[in-house]
Amino acid sequence: MSTSLEKQRARDGWLLSAPALVLLVFAAAGPLLIVATYAFLTPGDYSGVVWDFTLKAWFQVLFERDIFDDSISMADAHLSIFWRSIRLSLLTTILTFLFGLPTAWFIATRPAKQRAAWLFLITIPFWTNLLIRTFAIMEVIRYDGLLNKALLGIGLIETPLRIMYTDTAVLIGMTYVYLPLMVLPMFAAIDRLDIRLIEASYDLYATRLKVLTKIILPIVRPGIIAGSILVFVPSIGAYVTPRVLGGGKKMMVGNFIELQFGAGRNWPLGAALSLILLLIVSVALIFYVRVSTRSDSDG
Amino acid sequence: MKKTLILSAVAALIAGAAHAEGELNIYNWGNYTNPDLIKKFEEAYDVKVTITDYDSNTTALTKVEAGGHGFDIVVPSNGYVKIFIDKGLLLETRPDQMENFKNMDPTWVNVGWDMGRHYTVPWQWGSTGVAVNTSTYSGDINTSAIFLDPPAELAGKINVVPEMADVMAMAIYYVGGTDSCTEDKEILKKARDVLVAAKPSWLSMDYGTTDKLSSGEWVASVNWNGSTFRARLANPTVQYGYPVEGYPLWMDSVAVLADAKNVENAKLFQNFIMDPENAAMISAFARYSNGIMGSDAFMPADMKTAPEINPPAELAAAGKFAEACPKAVQDIHTAIWTELQK
Repeated sequence: MSTSLEKQRARDGWLLSAPALVLLVFAAAGPLLIVATYAFLTPGDYSGVVWDFTLKAWFQVLFERDIFDDSISMADAHLSIFWRSIRLSLLTTILTFLFGLPTAWFIATRPAKQRAAWLFLITIPFWTNLLIRTFAIMEVIRYDGLLNKALLGIGLIETPLRIMYTDTAVLIGMTYVYLPLMVLPMFAAIDRLDIRLIEASYDLYATRLKVLTKIILPIVRPGIIAGSILVFVPSIGAYVTPRVLGGGKKMMVGNFIELQFGAGRNWPLGAALSLILLLIVSVALIFYVRVSTRSDSDG
Repeated sequence: MKKTLILSAVAALIAGAAHAEGELNIYNWGNYTNPDLIKKFEEAYDVKVTITDYDSNTTALTKVEAGGHGFDIVVPSNGYVKIFIDKGLLLETRPDQMENFKNMDPTWVNVGWDMGRHYTVPWQWGSTGVAVNTSTYSGDINTSAIFLDPPAELAGKINVVPEMADVMAMAIYYVGGTDSCTEDKEILKKARDVLVAAKPSWLSMDYGTTDKLSSGEWVASVNWNGSTFRARLANPTVQYGYPVEGYPLWMDSVAVLADAKNVENAKLFQNFIMDPENAAMISAFARYSNGIMGSDAFMPADMKTAPEINPPAELAAAGKFAEACPKAVQDIHTAIWTELQK
């Protein structure tokens, strides 16, 4: 009797999850399959693809045939674009961590009644579209923007700072945009922290640094890792922020992929680059799973 | 019950199709269509017009080629009109036999992309040149050296719009090429070298030029004439230069799609915009020339004398229409462009 009940339950489970599964298969796996297929085809003359199988796109990802003497070399332009994306994403992750940890700590240590209000404040930026938030940042840091006007007004600087169109501008923008994604999981982790552990370690003459490194960080670690992944993954594919704040002078991977689908008219290369990006993200996720399972077995 | 529902749905569909007689779906560049013009057309012919935006020729081409778009009219640029025609995507509506064709400036009748105007009607045309804030730099601005070999006063404060075809064409003209799709490796190499050498003097490669030029954030930019016009109206020190080495001209033309559902209304629209008064409304909105004779009389006064709209005779000849380049040349351009932005 009980087995048929279990079967019934399993069937219900499948039925209930069917809409989500169907959506996943069609909306995620379907397009991905198309991208994967296109990466092995020949670019059409003005757009799209021609159905001729070739590995040329993959060759183009890593190597370039010199346009003038036909010699083949590593595509250092492509590599430096990928490297810039990885570097800026790592820096964004570190910056959001440095700004996010005190914020998360502050919220987690408020009285229970206030916490909801503070968390609510953190989520407010999500109410607005990413593009609009990025333009808002631009209005703050641009040449005749708020920041420069304020600094000039109080006499701290003589000439306006040129922050726009630099990597700094991109970092400011991405840190601002992705900060909530770091704060929320860290808050959840700190929230679980038993404050008595800290009191106990102080009673046992631990220094403040020791308390941070031996008590707080190990307990908060899952939150830090989850937050880092949540920040790193969208950062590396960022398109709007580098385009608007970085001034388009130096591409990130997202912009490079767009070039192939737009003016470059090379969809297969764009598709191959997208898959490489997916690979980088997967490596980051595998790293996450590894690290988090290790911390579980430690605990 | 179910049956009635399906039946009424079918009935609604049929009614919808029948109703389509009074509709027109225009697929045009964003922020480019004068709403007053559309209102006038709707009232004159009792047609409901819907406008959908695109942001590049490739976007428009891809979407139209995919089919099922429901658009009647598209407005591609010169080089792309030919591609649309060659792919069989346009309807031969013979604007040259329409009533208002007599108003079309003869200059624009026998054009490379639509000889004799069997398919398209001019919408607007303009040039890509250089905009310079003359309060910072008072030298000659009619040269691509403004951004390819910048004077010291401008270095570090220059913007270049990220329009690959335009920027490549200007660089090729600057180093002595005459055809923007040249296969001459020597010329292409020189163009690359001059771009790569100039890039450290650029502040950015971005759009939004009108506002940032008038605010002084950029003191120079590769820019379109109409946009520079609007910037000058906000800040009189912004001037437009026509590079003597050569600069790209473009013309966007109104075409009817081969799979249009409202062909008659689309033809009416083609004829409608060849009326000088209506053509003037197009220009009054986006500030570019239109190609219809007699439209000047209906234009805002500030357009008749605007240097951005009326190039000096000695520089007018340096403007060249660029075709969409063949794939092999395009790949070289993309490679240079990637190297430039790495």
